[in-house]
Amino acid sequence: MTDTPTRTEPADWATDQEVRWCPGCGDYSILTAMRMLMPELEVDREKTVFISGIGCAARFPYYMNTYGMHGIHGRAPAIATGLAMARPDLDIWVIGGDGDMMSIGGNHLIHALRRNVNLKILLFNNMIYGLTKGQFSPTSEVGKVTKSSPMGSLDAPFNPVSVALGAEASFVARTHDMDRQHMMEMFRRAHAHKGASIVEVFQNCNVFNDGAFEGITKKQNRDGNLISLEQGKPIQFGADGEFGVVVENGAAKVVAVADVGEAALLVHDETKADPSTAFMLSRLSRGPFEPTPIGVFRAIERIEYATSSTAQLAMAQNDKGSGDLSSLLRSRGTWQV
Amino acid sequence: MTDTAPRELPLQELDEVIIRFAGDSGDGMQLTGDQFTSISAALGNDLATLPEFPAEIRAPQGTLAGVSAFQVRISDFAITTPGDAPTVLVAMNPAALKAQLKNLVQGGAIIVNTDAFNERNLEKAGYESNPLEDGTLDGYRNYPVPMSQITRDAVAEHGVKPRDAERSKNFFALGLISWMYTRPVEPTMEFINTKFRGKELVIKANEAAFHAGYNFGETAELFESHYEIKPAELPSGEYTNVNGNTALAWGCAAAGQLARLPIFLGSYPITPASDILHDLSELKHFGIRTFQAEDEIAAVASAVGAAFGGALSFTTTSGPGVALKGEGMGLAVSLELPLIVIDIQRGGPSTGLPTKPEQADLMMAMYGRHSESPMPIIAPRSPADCFNAAIEACRIALRYRTPVMLLSDGYLATSSEPWLLPDIDSLPDIGVDFHTGFNGTNEDGEGIFLPYLRDPETLARPWAIPGTPDLMHRIGGIEKEDGTGNISYDPENHQKMVDLRAAKIEAVDVPDAEVAGDMDADFCMLGWGSTWGAIDAAVDRLQQAGKKAAHVHLTHLNPLPKNLEEVLSKFETVICPEMNAGQLVNLIRAKYLLDIKPVNKMNGVPFTTAEIESAALKAMEAS
Repeated sequence: MTDTPTRTEPADWATDQEVRWCPGCGDYSILTAMRMLMPELEVDREKTVFISGIGCAARFPYYMNTYGMHGIHGRAPAIATGLAMARPDLDIWVIGGDGDMMSIGGNHLIHALRRNVNLKILLFNNMIYGLTKGQFSPTSEVGKVTKSSPMGSLDAPFNPVSVALGAEASFVARTHDMDRQHMMEMFRRAHAHKGASIVEVFQNCNVFNDGAFEGITKKQNRDGNLISLEQGKPIQFGADGEFGVVVENGAAKVVAVADVGEAALLVHDETKADPSTAFMLSRLSRGPFEPTPIGVFRAIERIEYATSSTAQLAMAQNDKGSGDLSSLLRSRGTWQV
Repeated sequence: MTDTAPRELPLQELDEVIIRFAGDSGDGMQLTGDQFTSISAALGNDLATLPEFPAEIRAPQGTLAGVSAFQVRISDFAITTPGDAPTVLVAMNPAALKAQLKNLVQGGAIIVNTDAFNERNLEKAGYESNPLEDGTLDGYRNYPVPMSQITRDAVAEHGVKPRDAERSKNFFALGLISWMYTRPVEPTMEFINTKFRGKELVIKANEAAFHAGYNFGETAELFESHYEIKPAELPSGEYTNVNGNTALAWGCAAAGQLARLPIFLGSYPITPASDILHDLSELKHFGIRTFQAEDEIAAVASAVGAAFGGALSFTTTSGPGVALKGEGMGLAVSLELPLIVIDIQRGGPSTGLPTKPEQADLMMAMYGRHSESPMPIIAPRSPADCFNAAIEACRIALRYRTPVMLLSDGYLATSSEPWLLPDIDSLPDIGVDFHTGFNGTNEDGEGIFLPYLRDPETLARPWAIPGTPDLMHRIGGIEKEDGTGNISYDPENHQKMVDLRAAKIEAVDVPDAEVAGDMDADFCMLGWGSTWGAIDAAVDRLQQAGKKAAHVHLTHLNPLPKNLEEVLSKFETVICPEMNAGQLVNLIRAKYLLDIKPVNKMNGVPFTTAEIESAALKAMEAS
C-alpha cells in the first residue's frame, strides 16, 4: 500500500499553542527549522510522533501538529522504543536537552542507540540546566560557576558525540542553532536514516548560559572554528581552506594545510564501519572555543531493532502457526476427569 | 537386600499424602517434585505444590543455605493448599534433613540417602553426630536407603562414569516414591525421553536409576506396605497443572486475543517474576512483542509508549521494580492510557527475600506514586486464578484507560494446582474501540479532537492512536486542561482533574464481595490474594469442629466491592490474615471505620491452615 502524503506547508505543522520559551532562546530557531523541513520530507502529520522527556527542549511536542507525548525526565528514548516496537509504521522523533538525555536519561539514550531503534533523536545541548534555573549540566565545562556550583563545577563533561559513538550509534551528527540550512540538512539526513539517529544541536540558552557557543557559531568565528564534515572530501576549514585535519599518532589534529600539503589531509568517510576515526574527530575539540566539527560523523547501515522484532514474530508464526489459545492452555499436558 | 523376588505387600488406601523432596540445589529436587506432581495429576488426584528454593543458583554444596525443596500434596478430595506439614520427607543429604525435619509431622516418614551422611556432609550441615544413629529421628518412621550406591550400581552397566552416575539419584528417589504411592512407570519414562532427548547416556542412566528405586521399594524388606490415593472427585472436564506465573502469562496472551490487540511487554528480569517474561517471549506467534529493557524504568516507560501506539501493554516485576516504576505509573495515570503492571510480591525491604512470598506491596500499589495517583488493584487467589486476574486487569485497564496493578506473589508464582480448563468461548470480550473521529467543534464550527473529553459512563478519555488522520494531539505528564488536554496550571482545573481521576477509579465496576462458609456466622475471615487456600481450608476445619465461620476474599482491592462495608458489618468479629503488618486492615479501618483484627505473618512462608485456624479460635474466644 503506498499512501501519498498530503502536501503541507510549514504552518500546517504548527499547533495553536503559544510557544513559551524565553524570548531569544535557541529553541525557536530549531522549531522553525523543523516546521520548514517537514513539508519537504513528504510525510503525514498523523504518522509523525514527537516524544520528549522533561526540560525546556521537552516542550517541543506541544508545538508540532503531530501526535506527541511529553513524558517524564530522561525516559523519552525508552518511551519511544516501546512505541517504535509497537508501531514500526510511525516516524518518531525524540527531543531532549543535555540534562534529559545525558544525565538522568543517559542510560536509556545509550541503549536506544546500541539497539538501533528507528528513532530520530535530537539532543539540544546548551550546556546548562534551563528549566530548573541554571545549574551545571553533564556537558558543562569543569569549573562552571552556577548556583549549585558556586566554587565551580568539579564534573568532567560528556561529549555527546563521543558518547553516541561509544554506544554503537549508527548515525551521529552535529549542528547548531545559528544555521537553519545546516540544521535542516542534518535533520533530513537523520530522517532518511533507518535505525537510531542522533543529532547534537548546539543551542544557546540566552538566560543561563548566553553565548556558550559564540566562540564557534558567531558569524565571524565560523570560518576559523567550525569544521564542516563533508562526505568524501578532505577535512578542511578556514576562510581560504588554510586549515585541515590529519590523523597523527592515533589522534585527529588540526594543521596548516601549507605545512602538510592537501594530500595529507584526512578524507572524511562517514560510512566507515569502524567508528574509530569518527571518534577521533569527536575528540578534536575540547569545547566550543576551538575548531569543532559539525556535520555527519557516522552514517552506517545496521539492522533496525523493530524490523528484527517483526521478523521474529513472522518467523514464529511461520514455524508454529498463528497463536491458538486453546492449544496453548493444553501445551503442558492435560487429563480428563 | 536378601530377597530379590517381588513381594506382595499390603496396599493401604490413604486419603492424602504430603511429600517433601529436599536436597542440594543441584540435586534436581524441583524436577523430581514436578514429575511426581504430573503423574499424580494424570491419575486424577487433587493436588497443590509448594516449591522452595534458595536465591542463589548453586549455594555451596551440602550446606543449609543450598537446600532446595519441593512439597506436593495429593489427595482423593478437593484441596486448596499444599498442606501445613509434610507427612513424608525425602532427604538427599544431611543439610536437607536438618533444614526440613522441623517441618515434618510427628510420626512422619523419613526416607534418607544414607550415602550422603558422611563426616564432611554432616559437618557442613552442622551436625555434631550422625542423626541417623544418635536418636534425632526417634519418633519418626525411618527408611534409610543407600541411594547413591544403588544408583551407581544400577547405571554402571550403561557405561556412565561414576562421577556422573550419582546425578541420577533423584530419579532413584522418584522411582522409590512412585512405587510407594503406586504411580505408573510409563509417564516418567516418557518424560525422561522427552526431557533429555539427544542425550542417550543420560536417558539410560535416569531410566535405570528410576527402575532401581522402584524395584528397591518392592524388594527391599524395608517398607511394610505401599499406598494408594484414589482420584479426587473434581468437577468433570479437561485439566492441566499450572503454576501462577504461567497462568498469568497465558492470561495476558488470552487478554490480547479477547481485546483483539497486539501485546507488548516491557520487562526487566527479576525474581520471582522473570518466568512471565520467559513464557511470553515464547509466544511470539501470538503477536506478542517482549522487550527486555535496560532497567525497570525503561520497562514501564516502553510499555507506556507502546500503549500510546495502541498495544495492550504490560510490565512485569517484583517489589523493588515497582519502586522504580513509580514515576512511569504516575505518567500512565496522567496520560490515562491502559497499562497492566504485574507485581509478583516478595519479601522486603530492599532486596529482602527474593524467592519468598509476602503481601506487603499493597500500600505501595495503593499509594506508591507521588501525589494523588489512584490505580485499580487486582489480586489473584490461587495459581490458576492468575489467568482470570490477568484478563480482569486488562478489562479494567482498557475500559477505563488506566494503569492497573496486579498483585500476585512468590507463592502463587511457583505453586501449581490442577486447573479445569475454561471454555475459550465463554471468556469475556474485553475489546474497546480506538477513537477515529472528531468529538468537538471549535468557535468556527470546525470539527476538533478533544483528547480529554470523557465518556460520561466510564469517565474514560478517548484512545486515539498515532496514524489516525486528523486526530493529532499531544498528551503529557504535565497537568492538562479538562477536555482539550492543553497544558493548564489553572487551580480550578487541577482540582477538577484530581477529582475526575479519583472518581473514574472509584467508579470502576467490580463484582460484589461474596461470603463463603456460613452465611449466618458471627465470625468472618477477610483475605486477599494467596491466603485464599489456607483460609478456605481453615473454614473447613472450623466447621468440622462445629464452629461457624465465614470467609470473604477480595480480588478487587481498589476500588473495593461496593457491598463490602455492608457485608463486613454483619459480623461480630472479622479477622484479616495477611502476609504483611496489617495493610488491608489499615485500608478497611480507614475507609469504613470497621475494627477488623489483623493476623500477620512475615517469615517468608505462606500461612498454614493450622495457623489460621488457631488465630480464628483465639479471636472467637476473645469475642
